[in-house]
Amino acid sequence: MDFSLSEEQAMLADSIEKFIENDYDFEARQKYAASEIGYSTEAWRTFAELGWTAIPFGEDDGGFCGGPIETMVMMQLFGRALVVEPYLANIVMVGGVLRRLASDAQKSRWLRPIISGELQAALAFTEPQARYDLANIETSAVADGDGWILQGEKGFVLNGGDAGLVIVPARASGGSTDTDGITLFGVTGSADGVSRRPYPTVDGHRAAEIVLRDVKVGSDAILGEAGGGYAILEAVIDEAILAVCAEAVGIMQILTDKTVEYTKTRVQFGVPIASFQALQHRMVDMLTACEQSYSLLLWASMANADGADDAKRAIHAIKYQVGTAGQKVGQEAVQLHGAMGVTWDLDIAHYFKRLTAIGQLFGNADWHLDRLAD
Amino acid sequence: MVLGRTSRPTGQAMHVTFTAAELEFRDEVRSFLRDNVPEDIRRKQREGVALDRDDYVRFQKLLAGRGWAAVNWPVEYGGTGWNIAQKYIYATEMAEADAPAIVPFGLGMVGPVIYTYGSQAQKQRFLPDILESNVWWCQGYSEPGAGSDLASLKTRADLAGDYYLVNGTKTWTTFGQHADWIFCLVRTTTDVSRRQEGISFLLIDMSSPGVRVQPIITIEGNHEVNEIHFDNVEVPVENLVGEAGKGWTYGKVLLQHERTGTAQVARTNYRLKRLRLHAARSIRGATPLAEDRIFMRKVAAVQVELKALEYTELRTLAAVASGKAPGPESSILKLKGTELQQAVDELYVEAAGYYALPYVPEQYVLDFPEDYRVGEGAETLTSLRYFNYRKASIYGGSNEIQKNIVAKHVLGL
Repeated sequence: MDFSLSEEQAMLADSIEKFIENDYDFEARQKYAASEIGYSTEAWRTFAELGWTAIPFGEDDGGFCGGPIETMVMMQLFGRALVVEPYLANIVMVGGVLRRLASDAQKSRWLRPIISGELQAALAFTEPQARYDLANIETSAVADGDGWILQGEKGFVLNGGDAGLVIVPARASGGSTDTDGITLFGVTGSADGVSRRPYPTVDGHRAAEIVLRDVKVGSDAILGEAGGGYAILEAVIDEAILAVCAEAVGIMQILTDKTVEYTKTRVQFGVPIASFQALQHRMVDMLTACEQSYSLLLWASMANADGADDAKRAIHAIKYQVGTAGQKVGQEAVQLHGAMGVTWDLDIAHYFKRLTAIGQLFGNADWHLDRLAD
Repeated sequence: MVLGRTSRPTGQAMHVTFTAAELEFRDEVRSFLRDNVPEDIRRKQREGVALDRDDYVRFQKLLAGRGWAAVNWPVEYGGTGWNIAQKYIYATEMAEADAPAIVPFGLGMVGPVIYTYGSQAQKQRFLPDILESNVWWCQGYSEPGAGSDLASLKTRADLAGDYYLVNGTKTWTTFGQHADWIFCLVRTTTDVSRRQEGISFLLIDMSSPGVRVQPIITIEGNHEVNEIHFDNVEVPVENLVGEAGKGWTYGKVLLQHERTGTAQVARTNYRLKRLRLHAARSIRGATPLAEDRIFMRKVAAVQVELKALEYTELRTLAAVASGKAPGPESSILKLKGTELQQAVDELYVEAAGYYALPYVPEQYVLDFPEDYRVGEGAETLTSLRYFNYRKASIYGGSNEIQKNIVAKHVLGL
């Protein structure tokens, strides 16, 4: 039971803090989010140069063997800066699949270029009808000679718009919600039969709807065992949940700090509005929500890093906590900023939107609470 | 902002699992409690029978004999010197063993004030008896006219040679009927610019002439708290702790210790675990309550918050272990801890259904005839506990006062 960071973890945090301080203020972030691809290629190159894109991978892959704690440290800081670079999609999600399943050949083809920042990638983890059920996959994979033919639609593919690699879970057998029979395929984004409808999301990120029509892939596209992809998908989404929850906690903390500072300077009725008890108690509630969420995040990250018995319950618990507390903190931050809180120019609005998006990602609060009620 | 968010200590990487040594410690605590907590006390705890004075004293002496009574005290005064994991394990094992909670007034409250601010003579005179539970202490803070506004207290202690003459009334004094001594905040000077000045921390022998204990019956019908009247009570000056006029500072430190203790996470955890077991049982072949998803979702939601609080408490303990006194952050523990205790109490009432309603406190004695008992187990106690524990968000500084403290001292508002 030890809450202190290792020297390496502390150094990692320092380097991210420095980057944010020097190169990633809110104005820059807004510029990147509004650009054609939705993030800064230059910033992404820096992520790779500083080794952040290599953190969770093994030494053989040129990585640093990072785990949930390293991801937590990074994502919390990315949250504070509202980073839009696709770390989640490339490194946590696709990286999480490749780290576990890719053959040497697949690693050289896909993982190395992702780590070096040259290849953008996406995990097509959901479909329009699936809601939060990861096993609800209707996209089909039919054997065709040496390879496979994929048919189906993937919804809300984060970073899917211009990804050079799309990992497509497809069903070779079983009913449309069976966990068995799901295979993960690495599909080239520009392959024949892949059509994409890219779009921005409300929180300044990018996603796409992807339709696969008679997409032919070779047997070298299969990641891991045919039909055995669900367990990996679930494990990777669990890591993604921890990652976005850390990001959310970073956002909640900075929203609380900023709200406290704002109410100390905003004068109405001749006094700073921070002097009103009705507002003070609400800010204490925000702080309490932050502290509780951070505590639970520590537990969930540590439990998963240690492979503790309750690691899976911890995933549901932190996503429920962040869903409810994040919504509360976000709404309160907007409310206490008054009308300024609902303007596009103020960062508060964008933090709130990102928290809202995180609340919806990978199962909302109700969905995860329901898993805990079993 | 709070609990090490700005300073980042370096050291080993974070871990949640126990080391082999910690697991060994857990087994040691577990077997000690299993072999030594008297069966009648354990039964009373399980069956909802109130403990009497002697039960508490017997139990605390047992812990003192093992050196485990004063968990948080410095080793030089008889404390354990345990690390955070050990304290966490101990609290969990105590709850799981159906062991009583330690009465906090001596070991948790006045003890730390005496070893922090008391004279050498006071330490020698009072600390051993607190440690051994030879003397029962109670708390004299609130007054009829001084609740949330504690600094408006009016009990006077006027210096008259080598003693103080104490006059006034203290109230909400838990277990005052059992107490040998009371620690009080009293006004030694009225001529002050701030009301927090002129308050002193005084130790008073309850057997002194002029001390009168008047019971207050609380909402569920029990005698737990009292009003204590002081009528020209003579208190020797050597019973003043620290400096005259500094009592407010000492009292605040004590309240921070009190608030850290009121989170009661391990006990609430255990109560929730028992509730789950209770809900999973079929009563006379009926569908168990555990099949009711709405109820179980409420249980799950409380469980999540409680797990978060467990780690908030551990973070606070880690901060204390690194040399910091429990600060205003302890208010968050008090706030959240009492909210969750009350939430669990509500779930128990809900689980009991109709059987939360019979008012039959007399059946909670050992060996009450089973065929005459109303409700399963302690079902009819659930509402009484629920009513009684509305106190939790009021005592130790109401939760609204805690929010004022956090707003002022943590957020700087």
